[in-house]
Amino acid sequence: MFGTYLYRELSNRRKQTAIIAAGMALAIALVMIVNGVAAGVKDAQATVLASVYGVGTDITITQDPAQPVEGEEGQTQQQQPRFEFGADDGETTDGTTAISQSRLTSGIASTTFDADALTTAQGLDTVAAATATLALTNVSFSGEVAAPDAATEQGTGQEGAVPGEGAAQGGRGGPDGAGGSAFDVDTFTVTGIDVAGESVGPLTSVELVDGRAFETSDSDSNVVILDTSYATTSSLAVDDTLEIGGEEFTIIGTVTSTSSDATTASNTYIPLDTAQRVADLEGQVSTVYVQAASSTDIASVQSALQTALPDASVKTQEDLASSVSGSLSTASDLVGKLGTWLSIIVLAAAFLISVLLTTSGVARRTREFGTLKAIGWNNGAVVRQVAGESLVQGAIGGVIGVVVGLLGILSINLIAPVLSASAVATTAVAGQGAGQGGGGNRFGDAATTAAATTDIALQIPVTFGIIGIAVVLAIAGGLIAGAFGGWRAARLRPAEALRSVA
Amino acid sequence: MYELNELTKTYETKRGTVTALNKVSLTIPTGQMVAIQGPTGGGKSTLLQMLGALERPTSGTVTLGDDELSKMPDSRLAEIRARTIGFVFQGFNLIPTLTAQENVETALAPLGLSSQDRKSRATAALEKVGLGERLTHHPSELSGGQQQRVAIARALVKEPTVLLADEPTGNLDEQTRDEIMELLEGLWRDQGLTLIIVTHDSAVAKRAERRLTLKHGAVTEKK
Repeated sequence: MFGTYLYRELSNRRKQTAIIAAGMALAIALVMIVNGVAAGVKDAQATVLASVYGVGTDITITQDPAQPVEGEEGQTQQQQPRFEFGADDGETTDGTTAISQSRLTSGIASTTFDADALTTAQGLDTVAAATATLALTNVSFSGEVAAPDAATEQGTGQEGAVPGEGAAQGGRGGPDGAGGSAFDVDTFTVTGIDVAGESVGPLTSVELVDGRAFETSDSDSNVVILDTSYATTSSLAVDDTLEIGGEEFTIIGTVTSTSSDATTASNTYIPLDTAQRVADLEGQVSTVYVQAASSTDIASVQSALQTALPDASVKTQEDLASSVSGSLSTASDLVGKLGTWLSIIVLAAAFLISVLLTTSGVARRTREFGTLKAIGWNNGAVVRQVAGESLVQGAIGGVIGVVVGLLGILSINLIAPVLSASAVATTAVAGQGAGQGGGGNRFGDAATTAAATTDIALQIPVTFGIIGIAVVLAIAGGLIAGAFGGWRAARLRPAEALRSVA
Repeated sequence: MYELNELTKTYETKRGTVTALNKVSLTIPTGQMVAIQGPTGGGKSTLLQMLGALERPTSGTVTLGDDELSKMPDSRLAEIRARTIGFVFQGFNLIPTLTAQENVETALAPLGLSSQDRKSRATAALEKVGLGERLTHHPSELSGGQQQRVAIARALVKEPTVLLADEPTGNLDEQTRDEIMELLEGLWRDQGLTLIIVTHDSAVAKRAERRLTLKHGAVTEKK
């Protein structure tokens, strides 16, 4: 009887059913799309962050750069490459001396800290994996100057005269044959990687294109893996050599990003212990990458690490997401604020319409319910009938809402709006590897800037969670309307109900 | 058998207290056909609602068989209405969205019968009132007399011992009125029902074994 009565009521009161179902459908579709877009934006943020921090990293440990302190010679205490050449340095040919030096440093705006932090992280039970990297910058300074002898012979003859002056006066020596000079500055990023191969860290978001990956035996060896883009622009290939920090390194492989990024987090990768030795930063690292045993452990791991390492900056992926800027960030804000409020307002309106129509329906059917009570229906049966009708109306709205929501999500996925994102790093490694718009690199660094900006086509994932939200909302809407309607129906006294229409 | 003892029902209104029934004492034996007449506002419908366990008295008692209706919880009153008492209303009170058969089935829903049992009993009840060919018709597709027959089938399908009819012919023409009354009388005789009819119509009242008049909340026997 329940089913027959319910079917007859809904099919004969199509207008009311359609209004309630349409309201619910609109609200549910909107909630699905807003939640879907939020999930898509979150995935996009994760993609951007993964290109910087690697796949699977839950927490990063860094140390914020200290405020610059004026030194004795007016320089900051941070490492800045300084190139000094002796009088006998370089090779002189035809009055021109060719000089070249390269320095491997942690660079400006970059801070290293004791590698004991890695041991501390690995010691926590709730940590599944942890690894450390050392982010460095290699700066090569090379050029040609007029040979000191040539300058002296053609100049004033005074000892210690600078080559430029000599050339200017004598008009001989130097690359232009007139005592001039020419210099080249080349800079690229270098990341020291633990060759033991933990399951977290920057190399988890790259794939091998040529050669081989690091092996345990590469520890403390002068071997290097190059980012494919950097290798191409620098005309380098596997088995070639590359000078890093004044030492020759053999290229053993090239890698590319597994994401849509054009480049990986660093131009080059070398063994961590080698990086520490060449950069004269023994026992130092710049970032520790931590993977929690479970997603539910992330907060507790962060708290434990922060307690154990009070001077360190311990950030979760959620914290790091705030460093993503660009239209992706705008979309995130839009979804987070406008989308959420719009969903709440539409949902509340749909629930309200559903409640009002259900209660007015009960008022209109006073005679009907009074009659049913007179012929023996108890309150429970009447309430069940009213609530059942509301629940089915909500379910119809839910089904339509899920279909509309899925169509909306499909449309967005087909359009695939492109969002640009930049991981504006607040940490040392990101400052080097993922770029901070050149602010921290005195020479400007095209490679790191390119690695920082990514165009991502927004794709909304369709998950059981999103559909589950729709189902829960449909049931909730139906139950709320049914509860109000049922409450009103239960309050009807049969005699009054019959008398009111008699 | 109904036993009414000092039954009083008052209503609070904006204009003060209205006494619908004033210390009514009455006995109605099982199987009797009783007509209740009286002016509008005299308390007829209120008395019928007391007899039908739809309303509680302000004071006094109503007893049906061994059950004292005035002191029972709502759930037990609903059960008595579901099993023992049948109602027929002046306006038929059929559910417009249900067919004739489904309307009759609503009276069987509280009894926990199977769908098949409900259908077969509803069909039999409608055939008994002469509507075997109209099972799937909706109320809007039936005449007033046919609708009242459906309402009578709904009241009797559960085989009650009491049938309460509130102006059952009030909305019908004379010919249909007579047909309905003949139907009710026939069922009353065949099934041994206690039939209590509230009516303004003297022609209807004259068919009853016993006639009561209710005026200003007080009952008098009409010889």
